[in-house]
Amino acid sequence: MASFWSMWIIILTSITFVGITWILFANRKGEKRATDNTTGHEYDGIQELDNPLPAWWFYMFVLTIVWGVGYLILYPGMGNFPGVLGWTQIDQHDRKVAAADEKFRAMRDRYMALPIEEIAVDPAVRKMGTRMFSNNCAQCHGADAKGSYGFPNLTDGDWIFGGTPDAIKHSITKGRQAAMPAWGTIIGDKGVEDVTAYVMSINGRSTNDEHAAAGETVYQTYCVACHGADATGNPALGAPNLKNGIWLYGGNPEQVSHSIRAGRNGVMPALENMLGEDKIHILTAYVYGLSQ
Amino acid sequence: MSELNSALEHPTYNYKVVRQFAVMTVVWGIVGMLVGVLIAAQLAWPALNFDLPYLHFGRLRPLHTNAVIFAFGGCALFCTSYYIVQRTCQTRLVSDKLAAITFWGWQLVIVAAAVTLPLGMTSSKEYAELEWPIDILIAVVWILYAIVFFGTIMKRKTSHIYVANWFLGAFILAVAILHIINSLAIPVSMTKSYSIYAGTVDAMVQWWYGHNAVGFFLTAGFLGMMYYFVPKQAERPVYSYRLSIVHFWALVAVYIWAGPHHLHYTALPDWAQSLGMVMSIILLAPSWGGMINGMMTLSGAWHKLRTDPILRFMVVSLSFYGMSTFEGPMMAIKTVNALSHYTDWTIGHVHSGALGWVAMISIGCLYHLIPILFGKERMYSTDLINTHFWMATIGTVLYIASMWVNGILQGLMWRAYNQDGTLTYSFVESLEASYAGYVVRVIGGAIFFSGMLIMAYNLYMTSRSDVVSQPAPAAASAA
Repeated sequence: MASFWSMWIIILTSITFVGITWILFANRKGEKRATDNTTGHEYDGIQELDNPLPAWWFYMFVLTIVWGVGYLILYPGMGNFPGVLGWTQIDQHDRKVAAADEKFRAMRDRYMALPIEEIAVDPAVRKMGTRMFSNNCAQCHGADAKGSYGFPNLTDGDWIFGGTPDAIKHSITKGRQAAMPAWGTIIGDKGVEDVTAYVMSINGRSTNDEHAAAGETVYQTYCVACHGADATGNPALGAPNLKNGIWLYGGNPEQVSHSIRAGRNGVMPALENMLGEDKIHILTAYVYGLSQ
Repeated sequence: MSELNSALEHPTYNYKVVRQFAVMTVVWGIVGMLVGVLIAAQLAWPALNFDLPYLHFGRLRPLHTNAVIFAFGGCALFCTSYYIVQRTCQTRLVSDKLAAITFWGWQLVIVAAAVTLPLGMTSSKEYAELEWPIDILIAVVWILYAIVFFGTIMKRKTSHIYVANWFLGAFILAVAILHIINSLAIPVSMTKSYSIYAGTVDAMVQWWYGHNAVGFFLTAGFLGMMYYFVPKQAERPVYSYRLSIVHFWALVAVYIWAGPHHLHYTALPDWAQSLGMVMSIILLAPSWGGMINGMMTLSGAWHKLRTDPILRFMVVSLSFYGMSTFEGPMMAIKTVNALSHYTDWTIGHVHSGALGWVAMISIGCLYHLIPILFGKERMYSTDLINTHFWMATIGTVLYIASMWVNGILQGLMWRAYNQDGTLTYSFVESLEASYAGYVVRVIGGAIFFSGMLIMAYNLYMTSRSDVVSQPAPAAASAA
């Protein structure tokens, strides 16, 4: 903060403190007024007494002012003056986090040294994982981890970005961006209809064979790059398997054709900064364990 | 109604605009509290939004806050300030025409809010959600209000200005400044604008406004109300003139600083947080000055509480005022705030002020005022006032007690962690644990709301020229 604004704050604060103190002391006791103890004013029949300030109230007021001055000496408040204690909220946060780190370091190091596959069956890890999951993951994936529309089921063994411990850990740490491009303007309405029919046909569902045949050609031109020639997907690209009956955005022809025409954007946020490596290790073990 | 109005015309004072605002206070009170009960019920039973966007909590909540603060509270303030300024300056309002414009203009603002908020038009600033064309209308009406009020003060026939008018004047001036500065925005269409402030500055301006909406609208304004009607109803002199002076100047000087306590432990710089907290704690004594002056005004008249439910409304409102102005500074302390922030405790705190203080002092004042405005000796039924008093008190207590329990419960559940360092509870578990409190809140709110319906009936019966008021209770006439 520029020194002008710092001074501005200091001066305004000081004026306020001096002002309220002055008005408090200046009106503490008054000169004797009329013998009936009124001010002599009358408004619409209302008179005013001139009783002194209640002593307890006066001292309470003085006490809060003195306390306020003391606080502003010890803590930041007067512009750029950092306060005698040098306290900051960032520092308070960092100290608390450091204390917690210290406390849990031994446990963390023990788990960090063990492979995910091994700790995934450890009851203590599963318990910790459940709590972390319910606070960080359940909002999208559900308390039972079975997902919902647009959010993958984590218990079914089908993994869009891979189900190895490393792949899961990467998903949690760095997040994922699953972008299905919008093909509507490229392949046209006919193309969308045909590819939809083709996708239905490879899932063994009744559809228009003529459309499906035309769709296969379109598929092998545009879709094959990500979903593969056999339509089993590619975890490296986050392209889902189209033949296993698992549909993130719904599997009826309307939903599938919408996915093709308008595209889809799935986002898994990166939890790296929020949780840190050690918690992610435990969470990974928990999520890995869900489908084992 | 025109015959009635001319029959009720006061030779000196403009009672018409006071009467109009008095009636609309009750009407908007009922509307605003009904919406409040509905959204309270939605929090317990979410299906009550009926899957309609117009009834969604996110849209009705600002409708509730705007309706109770600015429609109910605002009409009560217009009503009583126009009455007080005339009576204590012994002069008619400076302009009947301008006063009428403020009445119709304010009703237009309220109706515009009631239409646009459910449609989802919002600037997203809490307690300042209305979009820019309505903000401009508010500013115009408010400036006219200031002209009427201060114009009347200037042509007063008394030598001094009564303390009630200090508070009302401060309220009118400060709200004008707060509203205009906080609402500055760049319009992109008739129904959408963006604040001219960005990021943390926007948050700070917003809570400078937000907390002083509490400080000047809901505190200074209603203290002005209290300073006239409590001595009137108690028929006792105001306790201490010098206490009025000290607590008035200290209150207006310190309140304006308190906003940053809404932003503890955020991106707001440490110095601003500290100043907000320090000033909030210093605010305790100036706030209590008003409570002391009101309460002590009753010395020598305490026996009237046995028979006068209007005075009961006023005394209990002062008690809730004292309680919530103690609670506020306490919650502004960072360590307490770390527990209470973002929990239902805040909602409970607001309602101990809003129901206990603002609504109950307004209701008490209106029960004093309505018979005068309709040329009656007293309200149609004193028993119904008494019934309303108990409903309002019980409703408020149920509301705030349930929110205290919920708030502390949530604060403790959110911070609880296990031996292994993980959080003990998920968010949804704290929500589940809050269910009972939410149900109790609906009950408390519904009781308070029902009291307003009784008031409306009592008002209607009092306003009818062909109905004679029920005799006052024997004890009351003896006193």
